[in-house]
Amino acid sequence: MNSIIFSAGARILVALLLVFSVFMLLRGHNLPGGGFIGGLIGAVGFIVYALACGTAEAKAALRVSPEAIAMVGLGIALSAGLAAAPFGEALFTGIWIWVGGDSYATAALKPNTVLVFDVGVYLVVLGSIVSLACAFEEEV
Amino acid sequence: MAEDTDPNAPWITLAGMLPVAITAALFIFFAGYLPGIAAGDTVRWAWAWIPSLDIALSFWLDGLSLMFALLITGIGALVMLYAARYLAGHPQYPRFSLYLFLFMLSMLGLVLADNLIALFVFWELTTFTSYLLIGFSHADPKSRRNALQALLLTAAGGLALLAGFILIGITQGTFELSVLNAAGSLSGDAWYLPILILVLAGAFTKSAQVPFHFWLPNAMAAPTPVSAYLHSATMVKGGVYLLARMHPSLSGTEVWLWTLTLFGGVTTVFASVMALRQIDLKQTLAYTTLMALGTLVMLLGGASGYAITAAMAFLLVHSLYKAALFLMIGVVDHATGTRDADVLGRLAGKMPATAAAAGLAALSMAGIPPLLGFIAKEVAYAGAVQSPVWPLLILFGLTANALMVAVAAIVAWRPFFGPQGQLPRPPHEGPWAMLLGPMALALLGLALGLAPGYAALLVEPAVNAVLGAPDSGGRLKLWAGFNLPLLLSGVTLALGLVLYLRHQSLRDRLIWLEARVPDLDAGWDRLLEHFMAAAKGQTRLIQTGRLRHYLFATFTVIVATVAVTMLARGPAAPAPSMGGLSVREWGIAGLILAGTLAVVLTRAVMTAIIALGVVGIGVALIFIVYSAPDVAITQLLVELLVVVLFAVAALKMPPALDPEGRQRHRPADAVLALLAGSVTTLVLLMVTSLPFDRRLSDFFEASSYAEAYGRNIVNVILVDFRALDTFGEIAVVVTAALGAFALLKSVSKARTRSGGAEGDREDRA
Repeated sequence: MNSIIFSAGARILVALLLVFSVFMLLRGHNLPGGGFIGGLIGAVGFIVYALACGTAEAKAALRVSPEAIAMVGLGIALSAGLAAAPFGEALFTGIWIWVGGDSYATAALKPNTVLVFDVGVYLVVLGSIVSLACAFEEEV
Repeated sequence: MAEDTDPNAPWITLAGMLPVAITAALFIFFAGYLPGIAAGDTVRWAWAWIPSLDIALSFWLDGLSLMFALLITGIGALVMLYAARYLAGHPQYPRFSLYLFLFMLSMLGLVLADNLIALFVFWELTTFTSYLLIGFSHADPKSRRNALQALLLTAAGGLALLAGFILIGITQGTFELSVLNAAGSLSGDAWYLPILILVLAGAFTKSAQVPFHFWLPNAMAAPTPVSAYLHSATMVKGGVYLLARMHPSLSGTEVWLWTLTLFGGVTTVFASVMALRQIDLKQTLAYTTLMALGTLVMLLGGASGYAITAAMAFLLVHSLYKAALFLMIGVVDHATGTRDADVLGRLAGKMPATAAAAGLAALSMAGIPPLLGFIAKEVAYAGAVQSPVWPLLILFGLTANALMVAVAAIVAWRPFFGPQGQLPRPPHEGPWAMLLGPMALALLGLALGLAPGYAALLVEPAVNAVLGAPDSGGRLKLWAGFNLPLLLSGVTLALGLVLYLRHQSLRDRLIWLEARVPDLDAGWDRLLEHFMAAAKGQTRLIQTGRLRHYLFATFTVIVATVAVTMLARGPAAPAPSMGGLSVREWGIAGLILAGTLAVVLTRAVMTAIIALGVVGIGVALIFIVYSAPDVAITQLLVELLVVVLFAVAALKMPPALDPEGRQRHRPADAVLALLAGSVTTLVLLMVTSLPFDRRLSDFFEASSYAEAYGRNIVNVILVDFRALDTFGEIAVVVTAALGAFALLKSVSKARTRSGGAEGDREDRA
């Protein structure tokens, strides 16, 4: 699709969609959103970019191959699940640590494995969909 | 084998010596239990494994398992040392060493396991590791085929065994062998016969009883140290071990007695006749292994102290002499480059140590005093005379033992003292690492024969374990006086010598005979061929490669199963009430309906895709109306992606669907679509007419924030409560993406090869 308007617009859209996808990922715990939706939005961003400027440029912008992103995501999700083991909990139990407080309400920082798991989901969905769409765009 | 090796390569490597050291240490460890076990103690180690299913990783050391453990580790260490020298310089030797070590551990687990499920796991592990060992020369198609044959046959028996074990667990309420054996015989149980048949199917395939025997001679494709190990103390004895282990639970019935006697007897006679027919010495020994397995099964059919003592003593002596003879054949093969019985001869001068070891082992095999083989044979005859089926036992035993005498002479007399043929290489004595094994094992056969009290130390606790009660013992004697067994031994020896003197003419007649009986090995190949043909046929029938066929079949099955269930047991669907619907909801329904009609009626690809998108967005609107924003967002995004991807594909497709305008499958498609829609609607009406069960919703509403600190229940379920499910799903997403990626790439490659062929465009429409 050789439209200057589309390709110029796509560059801005990609940036916006990516920021929005991360926003959706992070708010997911309390409001509509999460890894699946965030990953889908991010994938839409890259697909728009690939349609406007070609898959080669979209893949160059990603820097890493989308298949690798998906596999790394799967690895992150698995390690978030395994992280429960040292705490003596069952596989995939969410582990929370309170920094600057002693409960969810009082702690200033609340690092946890649940968010790490969601990031893994995000990367899997992003990588898989972009990989599929690029292959489709290139081969069909 | 020997061609890949380099006799001058360094053979003392970490990969070779570490397993030897560990195995030898295990041997010493188990030997330390010998006095305690001989005094009647047993040792049990147990760890919880799957407590919810009553499955524990438990090990039990009694007389029977100790004898096996000592044979496995003792012969194992010698064979590993031998293999290090035998395969010196082989590029894949470290791999071989690992396989052999893993096999040794699996076998050890098999004989020590107390829990039936753990025993089964180790049983299958020995099957897999022996598959790797038999197929070690994987560049040779024959080797691969024989390894696969052994794997399929023994694994099929293993499945029967698992079914038998599960039946035992269900009917007896325990998987622990120690508990089971202490409870006595199962013969009164209604499930006794099914259990017995299943267990025997496993044991007979593993221990190569006729008619499952043909994999064993083929397994000789493995390197000689593997044959020595698998066919002396381990793999094939697995089935015999199982029969001995379960003797207290399963024996004592007519079925047990007759089945084991007949299968074992036929195997032992068949195998000893076939041993005479072979020219390759390794094949000769393979058939004598079969003969030994048959004899052991036949003896285990009995329940008297004599029969069991004979079985255990024969098991011990056979392990010793068979490993020694196999290792000896390896030395001869290594030195001369051939295993042909007609070519080898007059090697005694050049290879005195090998000849001495071979001679001692063969004397034990032939059952000549004062070796342990003689004692074992005497006890076997004594047991046979007392058995209720004594004529059969004496007939089978006498024939097989006489043939064994002849075979022992063929294996150990002819190559060293007989006439010499044209040898490929000038013979020379083997290196010490390869002589240590056969020498030690052969000498042990002599020493235990001269001092049967030490053999009894090993054999009697095993007999007690098999009988399940202390036995009077004291039967292992070198001189038991002039009696019937001694007479039978004399007859055996005389018959054997006659057979040896005539063995070459007998062999020709056997070859003539063999060509005229059905060949099970070839039958196996035909069976596999038919199996493959059936698989190909049904694949061609079901996998048409047309997406429409797949979808048609899928939806037909869904409609049929749901409709049949509804007709058979479903309540009548309540009449839908449309009164409560607002204008907004009617509007969404109208949108979806309009989109569907547009998809069905249009002939332009692009219009159809966009109309499909409209349907999807309509569904997303329904989610929004009923306050499920997460689902709605996901639905919208997926619809968007699908439309974009289809649009990309549409650019390359013919612009019109159904160009001729009269496709014959459309009426059938329409009927199926209407049926699927009606059935789904009915199901939904029925589901919503039931009172809503709020238990799960209440739980998640109450604990989502309290336990998982999140207010978005959908997301908390996804990433916390049901994170394992989500992990499975994203793994599926990745796999599906990679699969589709590979498929698309391979399609494009195939197309560039065939110069841009048309492909199956109709299917992608």
